[in-house]
Amino acid sequence: MKYLHLIWTDLFRKKTRTLLTVLSIVVAFLLFGLLDAVRVAFTVHESVEGASRLITSSRLSIIQPLPYADLSQIQHVPGVEAVAYANWFGGIYQDRKNFFANFAVSPNFLDVYPEFLLPQEQKHAFASTRTAAVVGENLAQRFGWKIGDKIPLEATIFLAADGGNTWTFDLVGIFRARDKRDRGQEDQMWFRYDYFDENRILSNGTVGWYVVQVVDPGHADNVARAIDKLFANSDAETKTQTEKQFSMDFVRQMGDVGLIVTSIMGAVLFTILLLTGNTMSQAVRERIPELAVLKTIGFSNQSLLWLVLAESLLLVALGGITGLLLASIGADILSAAFRGGAFSVGGQSWLTGSVLMLLLGLSVGLPPGVRAMRLRIVDALSAH
Amino acid sequence: MANNTEKLVTIRGVTKRYERGKQNIEVLHGVDIDIDTGEFLALMGPSGSGKTTLLNLIGGLDTPSSGSIEVAGTRIDRLSSGELAKWRAAHVGFVFQFYNLLPMLSAQKNVELPLLLTRLSAAQRRRNAEIALQLVNLADRAQHKPKELSGGQEQRVAIARAIVSDPTLLICDEPTGDLDRHTADEILGLLQELNRVHGKTVIMVTHDPKAAEFAARRLQLDKGTLVNGAAVR
Repeated sequence: MKYLHLIWTDLFRKKTRTLLTVLSIVVAFLLFGLLDAVRVAFTVHESVEGASRLITSSRLSIIQPLPYADLSQIQHVPGVEAVAYANWFGGIYQDRKNFFANFAVSPNFLDVYPEFLLPQEQKHAFASTRTAAVVGENLAQRFGWKIGDKIPLEATIFLAADGGNTWTFDLVGIFRARDKRDRGQEDQMWFRYDYFDENRILSNGTVGWYVVQVVDPGHADNVARAIDKLFANSDAETKTQTEKQFSMDFVRQMGDVGLIVTSIMGAVLFTILLLTGNTMSQAVRERIPELAVLKTIGFSNQSLLWLVLAESLLLVALGGITGLLLASIGADILSAAFRGGAFSVGGQSWLTGSVLMLLLGLSVGLPPGVRAMRLRIVDALSAH
Repeated sequence: MANNTEKLVTIRGVTKRYERGKQNIEVLHGVDIDIDTGEFLALMGPSGSGKTTLLNLIGGLDTPSSGSIEVAGTRIDRLSSGELAKWRAAHVGFVFQFYNLLPMLSAQKNVELPLLLTRLSAAQRRRNAEIALQLVNLADRAQHKPKELSGGQEQRVAIARAIVSDPTLLICDEPTGDLDRHTADEILGLLQELNRVHGKTVIMVTHDPKAAEFAARRLQLDKGTLVNGAAVR
């Protein structure tokens, strides 16, 4: 600790240069924190234990549909309270850039998702109108929709029975999230499964996934195993998991998220290694005469090595910790947008981040530290 | 005035050779010197005579190619680099021509630097640095950075740094080389006071005859050899 003042003043000798370097480390570790949160979310398998709602989808692929006939069997699995189902539609409203989630849902869909509020009369309208659709408040505001509007969606997968690819829905309700933090979930549109299934010419009689509400979350694991066992060795084997895992599987279709994220992180950290290494080497090079003075008054070679290493570790730690703190805040914001707290900078990310900071600090501090250690006092002083 | 005739430094047959490319240059040729405790010695000579090299050897900044250097009973030519660092911290204070203060630190923090190598508490380090600065009449500038001080004041801070850990030996390499005559005399007076009142042994390299007059004994080096005898007692 007694050397802290010396290390601190050396570090901030060129304030602008140090602050810019710290800033770049902050950005690197902010990226690392966020990307690692994404990587962990996509690679860690979450237990269904304690979940009140499970998703049953095809074991083969999330885009592989399941028979509608499975519904009654799932309903009879002990521990199952209710079963809803849905099917991805993937319709486009006017332009591809207007993307939002839209899917066909069972009549009891809202019953298993009590976190969404839809006025009673709008629920009745949804039940009594075959072409009915409901949208989240966010989405309605985004496109200026109001109840009574007709919303045409251009099908990307499911052509209509009349041969056209435009499906027109009647907007009968606008739902909103019970918790304001879940407003990100309001960017979706639901319409009736029966209307959808009767009017499509592909995969009739199938659903995309089942939503299973369990009686006792403490036994969710048993329920999940019982459902999957029911369809084992059938043409449509199932995989029952948490909603979070299901959402992650959905996104994972795009590619190997872990590899993509790790590659980006590797490139970012390598760039930071070069940048910080250059800063440290330059900073030490400028101080050769002063290091020689420290040696003259009795600082040992090892002391100088540690002083330089401590300086580089402090530099990296300042930026790294700030970056990870910002990433934690950013991950919370992301989690709010993706209901269920899917992203967080957890202990594992902090541990990995700390190891990276240590390695980065040592890597950038070691070459100039060794140089300081090997300094010949007489040469350094005479060059001054 | 310190009146101690005990030998502090004994140098015998010291040579120093440097390799410059394929050339092997001998800078010092078998130098013998005795320096008593409490002495104020001036090493004089033209540029390239080897006086700074000799000073560096006595101060443990460099090691001789051959010969022996004994300071206060320790053969410093036999010490490893780590042992030499410890020895310097405990026994030698250095004063340079260009002060060599750390520009980011205040005068007080500069003076405290050698004490970082001791087990003293922060409060004790601060107290000792204050005392050292008082000794060089610079207590009122303790919080000033080197760039806020004049050359003479910077050299006083450097002297305070050299004496703060109470070393036996003060090694001064052209301590007034960068100062005007008046300021130089003040600095030399201060070194003389440290020698006479506080009993510090001072070895000073200078090519300035007026500066050398402040010393009790003067030795002349030329081309790596002492030219005015009387170096060994």
